[in-house]
Amino acid sequence: MHLLYQIFIDPFVQMGTAPDLFVQTLWEGLVTGVLYSLIALGFVLIFKASGVFNFAQGIMVVFAALALVGFYEHGVPAYLALGLTIVLMLILAVAVERLILRPLVNQPEIILFMATFGLTYFLIGFGELIFGGDPKVMISGALGLPSGSYQIKTLGGFVQMQKIDIAAAIIASLMVASLGVFFQKTRIGRALRAVADSHRAALSVGISLEQIWVIVWFAAGIVALATGIMWGARSNVSFALEIIALKALPVLILGGFTSIPGAIVGGIIIGLGEKIGEFYWGPLFGSGIEDWLAYVIALVFLLFRPQGLFGERIIERI
Amino acid sequence: MLYREAGQFKTTYAADSALFPILQDKIGIVLILLAAFILVPLTASDFAIDSILTPILIFSLAAIGLNLLTGYTGLLSLGTGGFMGVGAYACYKLATFFPGINIVVLVIFSGFFAAAAGIIFGLPSLRIKGFYLSVATLASQFFLSWCFIRVPWLYNYNVSASIEVPTRTLFGIPITGPTATPATRYIVVLAIVSIMTWLASNLIRGRIGRTWMAVRDMDIAAELIGIKLYQTKLLAFAVSSFYCGVAGAMLVFLWLGNAESESFNINQSFLILFMVIIGGLGSLLGSFLGAALIWGLPIVLRTVPGFFNLSIKAATIEHITFMTLGALIILFLIAEPNGLARLWQIGKQKLRVWPFPY
Repeated sequence: MHLLYQIFIDPFVQMGTAPDLFVQTLWEGLVTGVLYSLIALGFVLIFKASGVFNFAQGIMVVFAALALVGFYEHGVPAYLALGLTIVLMLILAVAVERLILRPLVNQPEIILFMATFGLTYFLIGFGELIFGGDPKVMISGALGLPSGSYQIKTLGGFVQMQKIDIAAAIIASLMVASLGVFFQKTRIGRALRAVADSHRAALSVGISLEQIWVIVWFAAGIVALATGIMWGARSNVSFALEIIALKALPVLILGGFTSIPGAIVGGIIIGLGEKIGEFYWGPLFGSGIEDWLAYVIALVFLLFRPQGLFGERIIERI
Repeated sequence: MLYREAGQFKTTYAADSALFPILQDKIGIVLILLAAFILVPLTASDFAIDSILTPILIFSLAAIGLNLLTGYTGLLSLGTGGFMGVGAYACYKLATFFPGINIVVLVIFSGFFAAAAGIIFGLPSLRIKGFYLSVATLASQFFLSWCFIRVPWLYNYNVSASIEVPTRTLFGIPITGPTATPATRYIVVLAIVSIMTWLASNLIRGRIGRTWMAVRDMDIAAELIGIKLYQTKLLAFAVSSFYCGVAGAMLVFLWLGNAESESFNINQSFLILFMVIIGGLGSLLGSFLGAALIWGLPIVLRTVPGFFNLSIKAATIEHITFMTLGALIILFLIAEPNGLARLWQIGKQKLRVWPFPY
């Protein structure tokens, strides 16, 4: 009885009695969710255009952030370092298309999935070899990102908002909006959508698959860089960050592998659920339930909609 | 070139569907087993046995377990490490509760606990398919990993949060714990792995294996010809987890000697998946080849600089090992997406018809 009380009543009482804490938790969840969405966005871009479940997305985040900091440490000015990193992501995209995707065209999905695993290992080794394995501090100051925090007095308490989190949320929404415009309005964006619909039909109207893949991997690389900067500014840049890629997976299955709005809504649901769950129900089970709560949330949604919230309906025929 | 099966005519169905229908294969496998059971423990060094052969055998068994699920039933799972952990912790608890029962029995029995966990986490598999399912199995991985840390009952409230293996004997010879020699542990592992591989090969050649493969090839069609999808998938989860559980129990009891939750984390799952895919999906031989390659490669890469008297920092070697491993995985996938088992098959066929290729 006491346990039931603790599970079903006590957390809500806490929410009611300390609304400022609740708002604070909501905010934290929202920011984490936005960052999850960004990683998931990288996954979705690649999955839509090439059908590859890109496990290396998380590592690309770390790799981009490390490269940025690495260039800066070698005396390159911050904005030039940013440009160089973008060029590096372009080289990576071309290399991936040439060396991995092109030889493996028409292979089963699981083989391509494994190949991105190989890429993950390669990038971990390569990144650590060149930039060293120690955690680095993100150069958010040099990039002109704000630091410090606002304190807002509401609901009989304080709600603290890190400026970097607000910047992250704004940059993420800008990025999503520009990707949306890019997909809807530009010629390349239309070609991308055509490829996502059907590879064969796209080829037959003269769209070059190879080019599209490079573009998509490059776009995912830029999303990875943005994610890397934001995550890096909140904690240090190191390969421990790769674990966040695993956090993005429940976001993906929740939102659907093929839907950009799904990635965003999914990310926010997972981020909110995780933080609220950890804060209010975590102490009951011993802390650390963050690790698997996201998966359980996603699993529950999945039982009702097996293709995710916004995924295309899976039609199977013999 | 080595041998031909010409002149071996089968007169009964039983002879035709035997495990090794060709005489030379039969002799070959007996020779390999004899060498593994007698020659290796007598001649190989403790290092070779303990850091190469025993882990390869144990990982092969886990790879067979995953192969039954992923290669034969077509359900991609990323929760192997968790199921191995269930086996290991179950074995540890069983050894605590029933000190009188032989440890080999307990290792096998702990597989049933893993099988139960597999059934529970396999429940979503009817509605969820493909990559969605693989991410769902990650849920089991993270949940189980969390349990191994946060439920102190599992490791008997040890301060170090690790499980330590007590010394147990078989026929008066210690086979687990610090006093057991690598050779005895190797022989026990080899015996268990051989028997379970034999069982698995019979399982997949029989009715159950055929229903699994039908589900893998097209589940709707399989359902239409009267295969009960849910039972088949859950059975695959159960058997697969059983194998992984036994492998996990052996990993701790017959190889590592003690283990923490770290030994059964997500990386372990990925490692086993590598072995299965590099070795060949849907091939028992592939599971062994894949395990040997993935386990052996880093060891080889680590020893290569020593031959050339290059002095490279340990960290650098570690990074280069990672890079090479990643590049080799991609290369192998490009060269032969069906894995080492297919390479072996092609090579055998080439030799069989040599010198006339057609």
